[in-house]
Amino acid sequence: MSDQYQEPQPLVQTRDLVKYYPIRGGVFLKEIASVKAVDHVSLTIGNGETLGLVGESGCGKTTFGRAILRLEEPTSGEVFFEGENILTYSPVQMRALRKAIQIIFQDPFSSLNPRKTVSHIIGEPLLIHGVKSRIERDERVLELLNVVGLRKEHMRRYPHQFSGGQRQRIGVARALALNPKLIICDEAVSALDVSIQAQVINLLKDLQETFGLTYLFISHDLSVVEHVSDRVAVMYLGKIVELAESKELYRKPLHPYTQALLSASPIPDPELKRKRIILKGDVPSPIDPPPGCRFHTRCLYRQDICHQEEPKLKEVTENHQAACFFAGKVGIESP
Amino acid sequence: MKKNRPQKSPEDRHPLLDQLSQLWRNKTAVAGLIIVAGFVLMAFFAPALSPHNPNDTSLYDQLKPPFWAYGGSDKNVLGTDDLGRDILSRIIYGARVSLIVAVVSVGLAFALGTLLGSISGYYKGALDNVIMRIMDIILAFPYLLLAIVVVAYLGPSLENAMMAIGITYVPRFARIVRGSVLEECEKDYVMAAKAVGAKDWRIIFIAILPNCLGPLIVQTTLSFASAILDAAALSFLGLGAQPPTPEWGAMIARSRALILRASWVMTFPGIAILMAVLGFNLLGDGLRDALDPRLRD
Repeated sequence: MSDQYQEPQPLVQTRDLVKYYPIRGGVFLKEIASVKAVDHVSLTIGNGETLGLVGESGCGKTTFGRAILRLEEPTSGEVFFEGENILTYSPVQMRALRKAIQIIFQDPFSSLNPRKTVSHIIGEPLLIHGVKSRIERDERVLELLNVVGLRKEHMRRYPHQFSGGQRQRIGVARALALNPKLIICDEAVSALDVSIQAQVINLLKDLQETFGLTYLFISHDLSVVEHVSDRVAVMYLGKIVELAESKELYRKPLHPYTQALLSASPIPDPELKRKRIILKGDVPSPIDPPPGCRFHTRCLYRQDICHQEEPKLKEVTENHQAACFFAGKVGIESP
Repeated sequence: MKKNRPQKSPEDRHPLLDQLSQLWRNKTAVAGLIIVAGFVLMAFFAPALSPHNPNDTSLYDQLKPPFWAYGGSDKNVLGTDDLGRDILSRIIYGARVSLIVAVVSVGLAFALGTLLGSISGYYKGALDNVIMRIMDIILAFPYLLLAIVVVAYLGPSLENAMMAIGITYVPRFARIVRGSVLEECEKDYVMAAKAVGAKDWRIIFIAILPNCLGPLIVQTTLSFASAILDAAALSFLGLGAQPPTPEWGAMIARSRALILRASWVMTFPGIAILMAVLGFNLLGDGLRDALDPRLRD
């Protein structure tokens, strides 16, 4: 996480990734509408970097993460992993690839099978990918437990005997079991207490250094994302509206939505006064998103063109992309 | 790794064991368990427990009353039937028949129902619709009537009665499993299993199904009770156990004509059915209380 941002080798690249959930109705269950959860998202995650993905609930962050893993089959688009389009992979190829991409879930209570011991939970990926010997598996499980800061006697316990933070560590250990290259942290710390959050974040950072991991860090918590990410992408209603190096984005947000988002995030300084941008109205329904710029219904600076044309995500300043016609020309500077 | 395992604390138990210990606090469930255990032991040790061969006829001992009534003796504690066969021995051997019928027919329904239900709940969509509509069709018939039709088609015998009962019980298992599987599928651990590349069968049978065991165990126990009852009913109608098999329902059917002359011939098999069904039902209800987390204090 150096000051000077260097474009790394891309590890994952999505091109026009789309995920629509059909809504069926009528006698013959015809598709009558669709929820446009992820709408033509093109993102690149560089090898070894942490890409933060922020946005409010329901904007499609989680769906995007799962679509990369093909846990939710994308409707269209392309996902390149190390240069190969994995959406054309057969189930067998995909199963082999799953070693390289792992996921950490938000809810540490539902992400661990309550009827299995910790050694089974962490050892299962190994078993599936060919480590048949129980002794070998247990050795690796023990190693992983050490890595995430749990002890040997935890191996035979069940998930309900752990605290939230410990469970999340088990989830991290499971994700690490297969030596992945990319880990998708889907709100990985959102369900934890602030003090535990810090522990888990530091653990993730240490692991990144040790194993050279790449993270897609999905969260709605702006301060956490700022802390962990090299670059940050802001998502609104299924689209990326702004993408920049972390410091740059927090210092000079270009998109009116990002500006509003940042002005709403609390700063731990009671003396500091700043102008809050209060957005009017609710997020429009992703079933029927507004035409033109998706944000125009709530934007303070909207013009006629915003209703008619959809702004493309384009480079406004160096390494700083925004999807707004007036990016950089409107709004306030973040404190 | 060394062999010295750390001391097992009570918390290290399997969650299912933990729930089953709840069962001990439920008095009626324990009563049910005792009755069921009694029948199981009776069936297991039938040759040692029964005073006579259940099929030995004795022309001199026809319709002897139980020992406490006038004319009864210690030789036939619960009396004899119209062929002079010892009723107590026949009831003890009858427990064997009834329990075998229960285990086989419920086992069949369990296996088939769990398979269909989990496939239905996991894959959803068209397959789910087809399977569940077939289950609905089976449920649309009064199930004893359906069992009678099946037996009438296959021919009356105990094996066919078990088959018939098993088939009619499939939908209840399929529905319960489907419901639980649908619920479990929403949890992240299923997604996590997919993310590590687990195959579908592994996700269904190793990850999801153990979490659906609670309602399944309850349903199994309660189905034992109704299977015993249904087997007795089919045998009563002459479609199940064929003479001289000592089966409670068949015993009642045979002595129907004697109800006014020798009521004991009919009463004791009836009580046996009642007790067995009661035992399984109490146990099933207790299990439901113990296994349902919402009902736990």
